[in-house]
Order: sequence, then C-alpha cells, then structure tokens
Amino acid sequence: MMRAGLVIAYILLAPVLGAFLDGLDRVVSARMQRRKGPSVLQPFYDLGKLFSKQLLAVNNVQLLLNLSYLVILMIAGSLLFAGADLLMILFILSTADMFLIMSASSDSSPYANMGAGREMIQVMAYEPLTLLLAVGFYLATGSFDVSVIMQQPKSAVFLMPGLLFGFMFVAAIKFRKSPFDLSTSHHAHQEMVMGITTEMSGANLAIINLGEYYEMVLMLGLFFLFFANKNWQSWIVAAVLCLVIFLLETLWDNVSARLKWKKVLYGCWTVTFVAGGVNLLILMLTH
Amino acid sequence: MTILLFLIGIPAAFAALFPFMRQQKARGVMAYTGAGLVMLTALAFLAKWLSNGARTVVLYPSTELVDHLMIGGDIILLCLIIFLSVRYKRVLPIIFSVLQTALVLFTEYTFSARLTGQAHIKIDWLSILMCLIIAFIGGFICIYTVGYMKGYHRHHKDVKDRQPFFFSMLFLFLAAMFGLVLSQHLIWMYFFWEITSVVSFLMIGYTRTEEAIDNSFRALWMNLLGGLGFAVAIYWMAATYRTLQLGDVVAIGAQLPIFCLAFAGLTKSAQLPFSSWLLGAMVAPTPSSALLHSATMVKAGVYLLIRLAPAFEGNVTGLVISSIGGLTFIAASMMAIAQNDGKKVLAFSTISNLGLIVGCAGIGVEETVWAAVFLMIFHSVSKSMLFQSVGATENTLGSRDIEDMHGLIITVPELAYIMGIGIAGMYLAPFGMLISKWVALKAFVDSGNFILVLFIAYGSATTMFYWTKWLAKLVSWHTPRDRVKDVTAKDEYASMFFHAMLMLVLCLLLPFIALEVVDPIVQGLFGNYTEVLSMDVLTTMAIMLVSVFLVPIIMFFASKAARREVVPIYMNGINAGDNRFFINSFGEKEHLYLSNWYLRFDFGRRHLMIPSVVLATAVLVLGFCLVLGGGV
Repeated sequence: MMRAGLVIAYILLAPVLGAFLDGLDRVVSARMQRRKGPSVLQPFYDLGKLFSKQLLAVNNVQLLLNLSYLVILMIAGSLLFAGADLLMILFILSTADMFLIMSASSDSSPYANMGAGREMIQVMAYEPLTLLLAVGFYLATGSFDVSVIMQQPKSAVFLMPGLLFGFMFVAAIKFRKSPFDLSTSHHAHQEMVMGITTEMSGANLAIINLGEYYEMVLMLGLFFLFFANKNWQSWIVAAVLCLVIFLLETLWDNVSARLKWKKVLYGCWTVTFVAGGVNLLILMLTH
Repeated sequence: MTILLFLIGIPAAFAALFPFMRQQKARGVMAYTGAGLVMLTALAFLAKWLSNGARTVVLYPSTELVDHLMIGGDIILLCLIIFLSVRYKRVLPIIFSVLQTALVLFTEYTFSARLTGQAHIKIDWLSILMCLIIAFIGGFICIYTVGYMKGYHRHHKDVKDRQPFFFSMLFLFLAAMFGLVLSQHLIWMYFFWEITSVVSFLMIGYTRTEEAIDNSFRALWMNLLGGLGFAVAIYWMAATYRTLQLGDVVAIGAQLPIFCLAFAGLTKSAQLPFSSWLLGAMVAPTPSSALLHSATMVKAGVYLLIRLAPAFEGNVTGLVISSIGGLTFIAASMMAIAQNDGKKVLAFSTISNLGLIVGCAGIGVEETVWAAVFLMIFHSVSKSMLFQSVGATENTLGSRDIEDMHGLIITVPELAYIMGIGIAGMYLAPFGMLISKWVALKAFVDSGNFILVLFIAYGSATTMFYWTKWLAKLVSWHTPRDRVKDVTAKDEYASMFFHAMLMLVLCLLLPFIALEVVDPIVQGLFGNYTEVLSMDVLTTMAIMLVSVFLVPIIMFFASKAARREVVPIYMNGINAGDNRFFINSFGEKEHLYLSNWYLRFDFGRRHLMIPSVVLATAVLVLGFCLVLGGGV
C-alpha cells in the first residue's frame, strides 16, 4: 500500500519537486554570481509557457521519441519507489537515455547530432559507476532490491563511502552540470547552441524538461538509498543530505568550466576505478 | 531414435547433391527443400524426444564401421589441407594437421581394444537446444542465401560464381554441427570439429582474392591449433583414464585434458589471442558470416566450454578461461567502437559477446552457466538477423559502411526496422541479452571475481556506445540525394522476418524459456539446481518488456494526433532550401554530412589489439604451465 502511494506520489510530485529544485538551483547560482536571478517559481512559468506555444517540429518522429523518453523514465523512477531491483532500474534508465539520443539524432541536424554524440560519451562515462554502485549495495545489504536495502539496521554509506564519492562525481553528468555538461545545459554560453535540445521547441522541449525533473528526483532517490535505514529518523537525515549534495553540485557547476570529452570520459572512468573499484574490492573481501 | 541419423544424413545428402546443381532456379528450390526438411526433422526429433519423456539418452556403444569411415574422413581432410597448403605455400596448417591426425590415429589403434562399450551419442536438453538453433537459424540462413547470392554476384562481378560449392558447404556444415552437438565420444566430436574448421576455411576463401586466401589460412591454422589441443586431450584421456567420454572428462576432472579441450573451445570461439581469424573471416559472403561466424560454428566453442563448465569451478583452468573471456569481452567491445564497417562491428561484437559467455562458463557455477546458455540463445538469433540485414543493405546500397546507413529508415525502412530490432536485442532493456548480463553480473559478484565485475561494468558501457551510435545513424530523418532501389529478394525478407518474429516471441516467452529450457539444461549439467531467477523477477521483466514495446506504439498514436508545423533544422541561418544543404563560406551550396564518433586514436584496433593479444597469450601460457606443473 505504501509502495503504491510512493509510486503515485513520485509520478505526480516528481515534476513539481524537480522544477522547484531547478528554481532553487537558479537562485543559488545567481547569488553565487552576485546576481539577483529569477524567482524560485521560474521553471514553472517556463513550463507553462512552453506548453502554450505552437508546436514546431523538424520531423514527425521526434515527439514520439521524446514522449517515450519521458514515459520510460517514469517507469524507471516508479520502479525505484516501488522498491524493485536496482540493476533493472539502472538498465531502464539507460534505455530511456537511448530514446533521448535517438530523438536528437533523428533531426539529422548538425548541432543536435553533435549533442547526441556527446551524450553517448557521457552515458559511457557514467555507466560503469552506476553498475558498481548496484553491486556495492548488493554486497553491503545482500540484495539488489531497493525495498531490502531500505530495511537495513545501518545506513549503507558507512560501508560504501568511496562509491558515494564516485556517484557524486558522475552525478554531475545526470544533473547536466559543469564540468560535465557537454551535450546540453541550461545555460546559453556553450559552443554548440543547445546540443541535444537544439531542434526541440514548445511542448517538445517541455517534455524533455519534465523528463529531466523525473530523472533528477530519481537520482536523488539513489542518493537517498545511501543514507536511509529502517529507522524513520534516518529518512529525514537522508533527505537533508540529498539537498546538501544537490547544492554541492550547484556549487561545483559554478566553480568549474566545461571540459573536453576526453577529460570527461577518462576522468569519470578513473574516479570510478579508484573510488568505486577500491571500495568494491574491500567490500568483496570483507563480505 | 533412428530419426537422429536423418538429422545428420539429410543435410549431408544435400551437400553431396549441390555440386551437380548448375541451374540457378533448381538450386534455389533444392535449398528451400533442404532447409525445410532439416527443420522438419529437427521438430520431429524434438517431438520424439519429448514423447519419450525428455530423458537424457545415451546411444550406440559399438559402431565399428562408422568409426572406420570417420578415420577415412579424417585422412581425407588431412590430404585436402596438405594439398591446399602446398598449393598456396603455407607450412603451419600442414604441421598442425599432420600432428593431430597422427595423434588421433595412434590413439585409435593403440587403445581401441581397451575402449569398448563407449557410448557415441548423447541426447539431452543442451544438445536438443543446439539442434534447434542449428536447424532453424541455419535453415533460414540457407533460405536467405538463395536470394542473397544472386544479389551478391550482381554486385561483385569480379568474383567467380561458385554457388554450387557454396551451398554444398552450407549443408555439409549443418550436418557437421548436428554431429558435433550430439556426440558424446571425443573421437566423433573431434571428427565433426575438424569438418567445421575446414568448411569455415573453404568458405572464407570463397572469393579467392589474395586477402581472402590469407584470411582463410589464418582461420585454418588457428582452428587447427585448437584441434591439436583436442587431439592431445583425446590421447591423454585414452592413455591415462581409458575413457573417451566427454561426460567422463568432466566427472574425472583431470586438469590437463580439460585445459586442452578448453583451449580448443577458445580457438573456435575466437577468443583472444585468437580473435583475428574471425575478423578476417568477414571477407566471406554474408550468409557464411551469419551462419558460421556468429550464429552457430563459433557457438561450438562455447558449447564445449559449457559442457566442461562443471569442471571449471575453483581451479586454475577455470580462472584462466574466465579471465580470457572477460578480457575478450571488454577489449573487443572497445575495438568495435572504432569500426565503421558494419560487418566488422558485428564481428567485434560477436567476439565480445562470446567472451562474456566464455567468462560465464569459466566460473563454472550454476548461475553463470545459466547466464551463458541464455546469452547463447539470444545472441544467435540477434546476430544472425543483424548479419543478414547488413548483407541485404550492402547489396542494396552498394556499401556496408555505417556512415552510408544515415537515414536508412527513410531509404529502406524494412531493413532499418529489422536492423533496429536486432540492435535493440543486443543491449537494450529488457531484451534477453541484458537479462543474461544481469544474471552474469550477480553471479560474478557471488563468486567473488572482482576483475570480472569490473570488466562487465566497463564493457557494458562500451557496448552501449557502439550500438547506440549505429542505431542513431539508422533513425536519422534525412532524405537522401538519390533514390535507392531495394533489391532484397523475398526469401531474404522471409528469413529476416522470421528472425525478427522469433526475437520478439523469445522475449515475450522469456519466463517460459527460463523455466522450461534453460533450467533443465543447468540441472542436467550440474545434477542439482538452485533457482537463478525467481518467477517474481521474470514476471516483472515480462511486464516491462510489454511496456517498452507498448510505450512507443501508444506514443506513436498519441503524437500523431498532435498538430504541428514542420520547419527546417537550425543551421545558423545558412540553410539552403531543404535540410540537406547549407551555404558555405564561398557562398556555394554544400551538402551536409554528419559523421559518427569513432574514437580511433583511443580505441583503435591498432592501439588495443597487440596489447590484448600479448596479455591473453601470457595468461594462457601461464595457465598451461600451472596446469602442467600441478596436474602431471
């Protein structure tokens, strides 16, 4: 019953929470840059505006692919909140990303195509760590099931600090933050217009934004897993820590410049190997 | 079970008839009949076996006449190899071939008195599954070949038309594969093993160009080296343990013969350091790549390893095999990124996936073998389909370069969809390959193999990359300059549609296959069995599968309803009319060209091949020394 409630809450509230966090991110970023910045509710206004615009498209498949991206992301997130298998959730998450890449490539447009290529590099950069993360949870808690992971007497973070660090590192890719915002970002200051979203406008773009909000909440849900245990108090701590991590990503976004793809790929792979791999090796030897 | 003789006999008889079939049309009809008969026989065989209670059956303890015929066959193969090697001035194949044939003949005559009452055929779930794969995938590839070869010779005018020979080899190969998977006696298995090596060699050399001949001899000597390992295992088993049963090899668990047989399996399934022969084999016409070099023959290697798997657990041989498999998985998937030739990508991906299967078999516990069998089923279907669609695309576009497939979904939509299903089947959730990867990952963790966990984590990322960029090329909505005429024949489509349907049905029936096919196989190999995937997980998977299929379909109708205006793409305002051209800095119209990423300077074959071969050789030699030192 509680699971069904969580899933429904995720489906209904994730975009709201995501948009709110996005607004918060913009306000905090603006303050860091000594600007006033928009109101916290700006992402909501943006979404409303995008949906109200006339639908301009460059071909007839993009909308279909974008909608599939959104729905499959929602499935992945729902599975997480339903307490399903972590590996399966990660696999579906990358399947959703495939739809985004397909959508950008389907334009056959130079900028979108470049963005799609970079997005593939990004997926290749972060994927090893997410798999190691799932393995880490399996070793630490004895199960890939999110519902079992949540019922541990002690939070998983004590056993897997290296993996947490690694995940914080690569999560910048998923949050589309600098220095890893190669394929697209929310800022206009990039060398290839908007990357994957170049050819998307109106409702098309709004769908992608919604998808990213769902994804953002899903990622924070994964961070939540590190801290939560069977005591309800830990849930509050976990929620606060998730917010802190999110703000740390904002900070990192503001203090770093965009990197070239090689640095992103090898950087993420190295961090995965050192932080994730070593953590995993210790877990394997002790469990 | 007399029907078993028909299973091997029918394709063999067709193979004998084809060289006399000079007429194109009659040959086509004959190939259809042959393929149909093979499939029907396999079905009848399955029905018969199931009605007998689906028990493991061991047959034919004394077969003196056939044994003598096989010795004759071995000698004929030897003469053929010597003849061709002398003609093309190669030494290595002669040495290997003479050594192993001599060793087998010596064993046969010295120990035959002591080796009475040995069964020659064993029928169990694994061999039945292999037979079905060979009959149906192989049968449809034979059907596909009829149309393909017509298009091939229209497209390659410089190649001499040797189709009778080609068809004969295809059917001979089917017969040999049936024999191989049904054999329990090592000498029988060795005989069929050698036939597949030689058939593969002859097919690679089909075009008789210098490149083809070089590559075919490379494939030959590598496979013969594996055959030599096989022969050593035969000699050792006969001399020391007085038995030549494959089952006894596993039961006795002596390291040296197991290592030698596993070595043969590695060469046949093109694992590092022997991967180069499979890459070279891509010069052969596509049906032979689909049948021999991805769907079935290379599976003979992993089939042998799966049979041996229970003897791998926790020993040096198992460690060597699983390490080489894991290394091959990641190295080949990285090298696949740098390829733009469709068939080369498929070749690397085949090597890589076989590496994963070998890695699973090498761990040798129930879970990993479960994953290995599962992978084998899905890989056969997917890869055969991909090879066929790339072959058909090559005949249609005149190129198999992935760059030229930009916008295939507009030019030849049928082929693009088939190729797309094949690619999705190779790596996307929730298709079979991914599920096996999932089980494999879990099993690697359980067995405490840290290196393999790392390999699979990085290897799936690189695998994802090369498939996605190919898929992205296919779906590009780009209207081409010239219209393309689809020259794919009806029989080619028949085969490809069958494969696509089979793929979807297999996915939908996933729980059924897991419970009714793969579970009994694992049980048969290990005696006992613990549940690998719970019914719960399987149902979730089936639901998800439906949703992943349904979502795009529903969205298709949902998005169709939306009113939209189609506008040109963004090109900095220098669009020239449509989406194909822009105005360059000279003020001229220039054609837009979008390229994929290949990362050649990082993942190129030139950089990675030699280190991985050296590493794999070192592992192999080290393992051999350890086994030799500890086992003798």
